[in-house]
Amino acid sequence: MSTLPDRSALAVGDVVAESSFGLTRDNLVRYAGASGDFNPIHYRDDVAASVGLPGVLAHGMLTMGFAVQPVVEWLGGDSGKILDYQVRFTRPVVVDPETGAVVSVTAKVGALDDAGARIDLTVSYNGQTVLGKAQAVIALPA
Amino acid sequence: MSVNPEIQGRSYPTTEPYLVGREKVREFSRAVLSTSPINLDPEAARAAGYADVVAPPTFPVVVQEHTLAQLLGDPDAGIDFSRVVHGDQRFSYTRPIVAGDELTATMTVTSVKSLGGNSMVTASSEIVDASGAHVVTAISTLVVRGDES
Repeated sequence: MSTLPDRSALAVGDVVAESSFGLTRDNLVRYAGASGDFNPIHYRDDVAASVGLPGVLAHGMLTMGFAVQPVVEWLGGDSGKILDYQVRFTRPVVVDPETGAVVSVTAKVGALDDAGARIDLTVSYNGQTVLGKAQAVIALPA
Repeated sequence: MSVNPEIQGRSYPTTEPYLVGREKVREFSRAVLSTSPINLDPEAARAAGYADVVAPPTFPVVVQEHTLAQLLGDPDAGIDFSRVVHGDQRFSYTRPIVAGDELTATMTVTSVKSLGGNSMVTASSEIVDASGAHVVTAISTLVVRGDES
């Protein structure tokens, strides 16, 4: 069912996927339940304020989780082709109770070798990147 | 209270087996906004050559969590959870996780560093299947903010 990208047509710097994700508080509650991370800074404004945060934050691991989905889609849905995935959490994503937050993802080819490709992700919210060194290594033999 | 530098190199007991459930994988997949049929539909996963639904790339955090709880719960480590911020995260796979896998995790503290009044603790959790074969290593760096910040 899945169709992998044509390896021979890829070049370093190519944008292979772009997407944006609208997050609401509902997404945070759902992720808390699915992951087991019930830190209240991800759903309670009073707790977030009491520790000096600008508002309720998305779980960093939620952002890491959806940021790779455009790459999975580009792989024809085969998430099993991802061999390595890393991020650095550099800025928080504040999710407004009414308007939520929009996070955009751009996926570019960062490196190529015989075994596959390294895809570099630029993940932004409010015009600033929220993840650093966000890289997925995928199996895509030449 | 500050982080005990002597925990560098320390390993913790292997966790109890975690049985990866199909509905858990589907729930987690929806939570990370996956639309991939192999994450959600067992038939699609089988058609793609997998035994059952495939867990999304960040799913191992669910298993790794049990190892990080050991670290945060170790009084000798001296990590104040209320001062912990997640610095970075990595997953390095030998093979993807599929529903039906029974996984255990063993964590080692690979590094403890001081940086500008904060401590950076890196913990590596090796996740293996019921046969003992490596599946994925989950690596986290936790930033523990110092008293003055």
